[in-house]
Amino acid sequence: MSDREDFREIARLVRPGSRVLDVGCGEGDLLELLAREKGVDGRGLEISPEGVSACLARGLAVVQGDADSDLDYFPARAFDYAVLSQTLPQVRQPRHVLAELLRIAPRAVVSLPNFAHWRVRLSLLAGGRMPVTRALPSPWWATGNIHLCTLDDFTALCDELALRIEACAALAGAKRARAIDPKAPLENWRAESALFLLSRGDAPAPGAAKAELFS
Amino acid sequence: MSDGEAAGLNIETGEAVMRFSEGQPLRLDCGGKIAGLEIAYKTYGRLDPDRANAVLVCHALTLDQHVASRHPLTGKRGWWSNVVGPGLPIDTDRYFVICSNVVGGCCGATGPGALDPATGRPYGLAFPMITMADMVRAQAMLIEALGIDRLFAVVGGSMGGMQVLQWAADYPERLYSAVCIAAAARHSAQNIAFHEIGRQAIMADPDWRGGDYAAAGVRPEKGLAIARMAAHVTYLSEAALQRKFGRELQRDGYSWGFDADFQVESYLRHQGAAFVDRFDANSYLYITRAMDYFDLAAQHGGVLAEAFRRARDVRFCVFSFTSDWLYPTPESRQIVRALNAAGARASFVEIETDKGHDAFLLDEPALHAALAGFISSAAQARGLA
Repeated sequence: MSDREDFREIARLVRPGSRVLDVGCGEGDLLELLAREKGVDGRGLEISPEGVSACLARGLAVVQGDADSDLDYFPARAFDYAVLSQTLPQVRQPRHVLAELLRIAPRAVVSLPNFAHWRVRLSLLAGGRMPVTRALPSPWWATGNIHLCTLDDFTALCDELALRIEACAALAGAKRARAIDPKAPLENWRAESALFLLSRGDAPAPGAAKAELFS
Repeated sequence: MSDGEAAGLNIETGEAVMRFSEGQPLRLDCGGKIAGLEIAYKTYGRLDPDRANAVLVCHALTLDQHVASRHPLTGKRGWWSNVVGPGLPIDTDRYFVICSNVVGGCCGATGPGALDPATGRPYGLAFPMITMADMVRAQAMLIEALGIDRLFAVVGGSMGGMQVLQWAADYPERLYSAVCIAAAARHSAQNIAFHEIGRQAIMADPDWRGGDYAAAGVRPEKGLAIARMAAHVTYLSEAALQRKFGRELQRDGYSWGFDADFQVESYLRHQGAAFVDRFDANSYLYITRAMDYFDLAAQHGGVLAEAFRRARDVRFCVFSFTSDWLYPTPESRQIVRALNAAGARASFVEIETDKGHDAFLLDEPALHAALAGFISSAAQARGLA
């Protein structure tokens, strides 16, 4: 198993044998995990040639490309899940990318750091410097994050795009994921980063299918 | 040539010409046919008893079947000796590699220089117009004649990459994987323009004689050399030319005339002169025409994804080079997007290099590593030892 808790959580969420697009798949750790543990038919999109090359050597199907511009070319509902793990703050158009994920797949799994976590707030309030934390490890001049947001910001965007939050879990380093209500005010302080399972609001309500998701 | 001394020594090679009977003609897109088709090909490595480990390498415009062994005319090492061989990305210890001369070529496949059975003289311009699909149809006949139902991989760069795409469109059930390097799904206006310059140079040579030069015992060497010089520039990049030659002179000072003062001029003249020794002018006309006619989407109602609709089970890998301005990255991206739209299993890498289009033939470790990774993981998935 991967030592990344968000990967473990994603592997728990994804139905066996499903088709998954991992956007920003890096060297393919998640795709390999999903293929091995869940028999997933996975594809990746990765911006760095080194990442793509590493994926090829692992037998993964990965296209070098950019979430901002290349998602548009995937057909609608080509996948069962579109995964965007810790990548949303790095894209130029997070709103567009999020909408695209849920065009390509009926469900999206999105994880992102919470900029309202208490350590972040404290660091800015007391230290007066841009926070460098476990979830945001790079200094301001080296980070790829150009669109950081808080849990509140993200759930507001989901509402605006009429996306349904089917499940949410708080992540903290290697600790086990903790199911949360992302709209609870306290969680916007407590959650270091969060992982969302999203579907389109106009899709039928999950109901019985939801239980199956966590099987 | 010293770097090629070892090439080909450790490989089990075969060389043969496949001759098809008059009753088994190659049917052409133009409506014509070639009876008594001959295809010269080379093989490297051993075919498994279950015939599952065959790799077809498709060659580019001016290359040939001598992919990993010494060229009989030039004595130079095979054009892909750095990719095809024992322990290399296309590992001849594991795969049975086949490379055949394309129809219309001049290295042993039936082409405009072959004898026309109707007249007993070289075809010249009586040779029918050929297309990429015709070349691939001929390869498919060869593969079938060799008793191979399904290729483990079909691999090619430049025009070879176009053949790979055509294979995927026409014979997807006979492919397990496909590698398309520095190619395009159609020839652009710029591609056609450069080819037209080359063709006009050949046809403007008085020795071309309306394509009938063989009968006169001459060759349009000047025209063909100029065609090669113009084309060769498109295979490089500005950065590569600058790095290699800059404004360096051949001798001290200018000649104050039109000698090859600059090293780049001398280099191009050498390229042109060497080319005419190994290539036929009419073949150049026919093959460049086939490339210009190539438009895979047009063959499928204008929708490229339709070309790959039946190729969903083929594992694709597409490569482009950042400095390739002949078949630039957007061309490869179009292929990849169409593959994605068709639901095919596609990978794509853009290799960072300043070597231009020719990078696919050169020492490009990032390409070789990615190619090796793709091929060996596909072999594992295919269950090849």
